[in-house]
Amino acid sequence: MNIPVHAKPESQSTRTTRHVLNVIMRDPLALISTIIIILFILIAIFAPFIAPFPEQGQGRTNASDTLHAPSEKYLLGADRLGRDILSRIIYGARPALVIPIGVVLFAVLIGAPLGALAGYKGGWMDEVIMRITDLFLAFPSLLLAMAIAASIGRGSDKAAIALIVSWWPWYTRIARGVAVSLKEQYFVEAAQAIGVRDWVIIFRHILPNTLSPILVQATVDLGIVIIAMGSLSFIGLGTQPPSPDWGLMVSEGRTFILDQWWIATFPGIAIFVVVLAFNLLGDTLRDIFDPRQYK
Amino acid sequence: MRTFEFILRRLLTAIFVLIGVSVITFFLSRVVPTDTAALYLGAKARPEDLERIRLKLGLDRPLPVQYTIYISDLMQGDLGTSIATKRPVLQELTDRLPATLELLFFGMFIATLIGVPLGVISARWQGTWADVFVRMISIVGVSMPAFYLGLLMQIVFFRNLELFPLSGRVDSDLRFTNPIEPLTSFFLLDSFLTLNWVALKDVFLHLILPAFTLAAYPIGLIARMNRASMLEVLGQDYIRTARAYGIRQWIITYRYALKNAISPTLTVIGLTVAYALTGTFFVEVIFNWPGLGLFTVRSLLNLDYPAIMGITLLGASGYVIINLIVDLLQTWLDPRIRLK
Repeated sequence: MNIPVHAKPESQSTRTTRHVLNVIMRDPLALISTIIIILFILIAIFAPFIAPFPEQGQGRTNASDTLHAPSEKYLLGADRLGRDILSRIIYGARPALVIPIGVVLFAVLIGAPLGALAGYKGGWMDEVIMRITDLFLAFPSLLLAMAIAASIGRGSDKAAIALIVSWWPWYTRIARGVAVSLKEQYFVEAAQAIGVRDWVIIFRHILPNTLSPILVQATVDLGIVIIAMGSLSFIGLGTQPPSPDWGLMVSEGRTFILDQWWIATFPGIAIFVVVLAFNLLGDTLRDIFDPRQYK
Repeated sequence: MRTFEFILRRLLTAIFVLIGVSVITFFLSRVVPTDTAALYLGAKARPEDLERIRLKLGLDRPLPVQYTIYISDLMQGDLGTSIATKRPVLQELTDRLPATLELLFFGMFIATLIGVPLGVISARWQGTWADVFVRMISIVGVSMPAFYLGLLMQIVFFRNLELFPLSGRVDSDLRFTNPIEPLTSFFLLDSFLTLNWVALKDVFLHLILPAFTLAAYPIGLIARMNRASMLEVLGQDYIRTARAYGIRQWIITYRYALKNAISPTLTVIGLTVAYALTGTFFVEVIFNWPGLGLFTVRSLLNLDYPAIMGITLLGASGYVIINLIVDLLQTWLDPRIRLK
């Protein structure tokens, strides 16, 4: 008898990925936001090649053109120190994307396993983990991040740590919800019955299933963390000058808002557009996965 | 009896959380900084002064003892002395709180007033252009950083249209012409109570831009939440029955459906109040609003630890208390919750 060995059934994850891609392709807003995000990632990677004035983008001052209005030479104008704003925005795309992605990634890596552990184990382990989580959730996230950032010192790396510390509990909560609902499912019980060790069950069977609700949350959070990071830089706790940073640029331009409006306006648009893209994408992803079922 | 038990349990949880919050703020201010005494005195402090301040702050004692002292001071309302202003932190906070609360309440009032109807419209005409429009408004609202929206507001409404004042809480000339009597320190209320119409108008105009800046984010959240819960309710049998009876649509929407849909929206409003508290800090910086936000930012940058601790504690307590109120309010609106 001939068994068609080549007809390997499609795995669940491939099917989900294709479904997501299909929906994104069909929703014009989601498609546009995906393109915008990819575009900004490319801008961040190729900043030295795109920026009209790469040195100014990285911080070199240019005393001859201070507060230059938008013109052919400086498409978006120049700032207080004569630096081309377009170049600064292009270089600013790096911290604006890399830091929030890092923050959300670490928050997930800390939060999700803890949540899965709490939900799967139950009992005192659940109590302890979730009570600690509740404590962190008792602070308004940004306020906690501000206090931590001030305590450990200024700088983008420290602001990132502060944001991770205030963001992981959200993922603990989501992962726990999923773990609790999965614990009673047959495939978990079957794994327990054949003596699979707990941590293997958590990492191999529970955590992969938390992926879609966490992905949705992470996409929306990326937008929120970009704003949070910008806010920290805006008040002077995040990125320090002369590094290019959108939040910092808005802050520097604030003094000139009534006359040299371009200094603050254009970096602000950059923040807004990226956050908007993440929010639109997150909205579509939420419709696909509907994480409400885990709450 | 059951309600009483629920409230009691909820109160105990809140107290537990507040104790934990105090541990975290203590940890942030005493353990994370490498040399607290140096922070109090600045970089050029003499060694003997450092030693003196260490003794005074109890930094030579074991951490648990330090924490007990901190907590017992806290219980007596002593949040320490601000390093920057040399005044009691509690005094600094209570002086500035009314300005922040006035902005916060007014902003949330606007957000509710706009957000709830937007959600209703969106759900009532689901899938039409109105729905898409509301969705766009909400997403734009939650994507706009407050510190940026405030600047745009200033450019458009102060510089270009000259409609509203640039910043501040009240015009400085008003202090001489029509001074506001500080009864409650809520200027809107004070000027209204004393029938000071000139001041009322001025205070109101000063409030508009900051309040709308603050409201942008909550409007989006409230509209979306209310849309979702309205959709759920509008799909239920009793709505269809009401429709079959020929009851007019707007009565069904507002009297029958909104009443049941408002409970989850209320939770979101409550939680956004807490979120917006941090939002006001940035709005205050932009609009030079003499509230907690300006003080907070200055304290954060000056490493004014007692002040930072006080603000963090205040923010977290506010958050916990608002959560508690929302929970209790929900049980009152929807008795099914407490039976779970």
